Amino acid sequence: MIGMRSELLNFVKFVIKRGIALFITVVIATYITILIANMGGYVDEIIKSETLLRIAQSVRQNPAYKSLNQTMLQRIIQEQYENELKRLGLDKPFMYRSFLYLKDALTLELGRALYLTSDSGSKSVRLIILERLPATILLFTTIQLVLFFSSLFMGLYLSRHYGSKLDKAIIALSPLSSMPGWFYGIFLIIIFASILRLLPYGGLVDIPPPQDPLRYALSVLKHMILPSLSWFIAYFAVETYVRRTFFLMFSSEDYVELARAKGLPPRLIERRYILKPTLPPIITSLALTLISSWMGAIITERVFNWPGLGTLLYTAIASMDSPVVVGIVVLYAYLLAITVFVLDIVYAIIDPRIRIGGGYS
Amino acid sequence: MMQRIKGFLGEILTYKSALVGLIIIFSLVALSIYTIATIPYEKATKLWNAGETIWLENPRNAMPKWVNLFLSKKLPETIIINSEKDQRGVTKIVIPVTERISRIRIELSFKYEYDDFPSEINLFFNVRYNKTPPHIAIYWVKPNGEKFKLKELYVKRSGAYYISIDEELSKELHTYLSEKVGKEIEYAISPEIALFAVEDETIVHRDTVKPLKGRYKVIIDGILFGNNSNLDVKLVVYGKVYGIAGTDHLRRDLSIALLWGTPIALSFGVIASVVTALLQMVIAAISAWYGSVTDFFIQRLTEIFMVLPFLPILMMISYFYKINIWVLLLVVIALSIFGAGIKNYRAMFLQIKEFPYVEAARAYGASNLRIVFRYLIPKVLPTIIPSIVYSVPSFVFLEAALALLGLGDPLAPTWGKVLDDALENGALYKGYYYWVLEPSFLLVLTAFGFAMLGFALDKIFNPRLREM
Repeated sequence: MIGMRSELLNFVKFVIKRGIALFITVVIATYITILIANMGGYVDEIIKSETLLRIAQSVRQNPAYKSLNQTMLQRIIQEQYENELKRLGLDKPFMYRSFLYLKDALTLELGRALYLTSDSGSKSVRLIILERLPATILLFTTIQLVLFFSSLFMGLYLSRHYGSKLDKAIIALSPLSSMPGWFYGIFLIIIFASILRLLPYGGLVDIPPPQDPLRYALSVLKHMILPSLSWFIAYFAVETYVRRTFFLMFSSEDYVELARAKGLPPRLIERRYILKPTLPPIITSLALTLISSWMGAIITERVFNWPGLGTLLYTAIASMDSPVVVGIVVLYAYLLAITVFVLDIVYAIIDPRIRIGGGYS
Repeated sequence: MMQRIKGFLGEILTYKSALVGLIIIFSLVALSIYTIATIPYEKATKLWNAGETIWLENPRNAMPKWVNLFLSKKLPETIIINSEKDQRGVTKIVIPVTERISRIRIELSFKYEYDDFPSEINLFFNVRYNKTPPHIAIYWVKPNGEKFKLKELYVKRSGAYYISIDEELSKELHTYLSEKVGKEIEYAISPEIALFAVEDETIVHRDTVKPLKGRYKVIIDGILFGNNSNLDVKLVVYGKVYGIAGTDHLRRDLSIALLWGTPIALSFGVIASVVTALLQMVIAAISAWYGSVTDFFIQRLTEIFMVLPFLPILMMISYFYKINIWVLLLVVIALSIFGAGIKNYRAMFLQIKEFPYVEAARAYGASNLRIVFRYLIPKVLPTIIPSIVYSVPSFVFLEAALALLGLGDPLAPTWGKVLDDALENGALYKGYYYWVLEPSFLLVLTAFGFAMLGFALDKIFNPRLREM
């Protein structure tokens, strides 16, 4: 009984320690992002000078102020400029504001964009991001899941038939991964869009978008073929190869040999003695690649003109819209940290060694 | 030592993939050395960013010359005839008529033996006069003797007459040729087609019109005023093929960027991958050996970098600070040092730390740093060499990816830049495949070379994989 309680206590301690450590990680990462995204306050100067220019112009062009002399005009400009700065919150020093930004970012009060707007015309960063997120998740989650399951089953199959022709073919094809998915995308566009004219060059749906929901879905599906295929070509062989080698290593363990000697059916051996111990690291890699694929596909989105988060991030950076950039990065950091946290807890439950402190002390 | 290197080379060369990889890498290195030796970097960047003025004699979006080897229809090369030069096909006569006036007649003739039309025709003037500019008429003579007056004008300053975009001329040619053939020409015929076309029924349709082969002439007939006057002309009939690599939308010779892209890509990839791997290993070894507070800080720092998305941060830095390629390299290394690799290496070092030979070293009083650099790192080094070689292409592609986002060095001519220009200017829609395929081919070659070598090294250094 006492053993159980102390174990539970240890577990709770581990979870709390891990949670705090990860939260601090997110805080620091967010702050670094805020500093970079604002160029240490330099973006403020750009915004200030743009604001001044805009106000000066509108005051000088306003017929109501025509009769006023230069000093009066100057005073009005200065007044409006200061009000505008107050409205934007730029009247306080950057260091002070950077911590306000940090607080807002961490509480996911993502604020308002400087220049970008959502399709519905809103300036809320949260809305802008939420509008783009589905497209990215749709494409890249699909790609990752298809890749994951196909390579898992192929790997299992090959570990059973290792040395076969198919096995050799997969090994020979695995260097395909030395080139990124988007690169194959360019060739696929040339072949299937440019020459054969079978599939679209890019984008999310046909223009104009079909009204009928079923047609709409089919059109989206058609647009997903080439980007998915490009990643599949790049990563299928190597992932299969890694899984297969992994399974092979485990299937030569003594306890598997013993199970075989006992005459257990191969399917059962596979499920109980090979898959079970290898699954946790495999699932970890799936979880992490899923999260990072929402972020790391900027180039693929650019090549295929896919209106997702990557494209948004690119336009946000190009127009120096720091709230949007910070918003996306914070969201990413949170998602990643939460995933790591959940995985940690799951492992701590499954594997007592971790709790006691081998890996993470 | 020599013996060991020899033995190692011998072992490597027993793998065919290593041989192929090494041959590719050595040829890329040779190409880099050739480039650095023949075109200085300053000259290359200057040429690449000079704008259209210095490339005015090149065709726009021309394919490389060697495509003619594979085509049944020969595409035209660029023809340049300059009356200033003592060149075949040039005759220039100036005859004084009175004391103040002389007659000038320049004849430029060239042979046209291609199966397709030129892409553009321009006439450049170089003029000198006191008060009254020369007055000239320009005639075009086809191989069959057909003569057509293009324009009559005062040459007020040195400059160009862009024949291909002369709207008036193209309308005039349209009516003239339609009348001559007896049928209305069905499309807006541009001067470079009209002036080279066979004048029969075929001219009516865009698909059937074909060029007339033979010797063409441009005749400039005019009057110079004053003793000091002179006029020279240069005719440029732009082709559809150029050089070994072709040209882009700004008439630039692509070979400059393709050549200079090679040393940039190789050095970027190799430096980034070697430095990152070595630094990661040193940091991981220190983290594992010293433990406690040092370890704690290094591990937390690694976690912070793992939560930060690599590419967006890199994009922000390179966009905001407009950095050149070597600063970019530094930033890439700085961002990758605390990557996931540290966790792997640290796990390895934690095991090695307990090995008896390390304990022995500690027993005889070796210092901490000595143990880290002489005992821990040399043990792990060989196993990571394959992964260093493997990761070279990923950094090469990273540079290309940044260029594709319009980031990266704004001046350097790189493969990624060419690719970006091509995609940005619709090469895929317009069918300028050479523009995309040339830089892609070099990228593939690089990736392939390093992947092949890495594959063989992996088998040598991690023999466990050999049976699998």
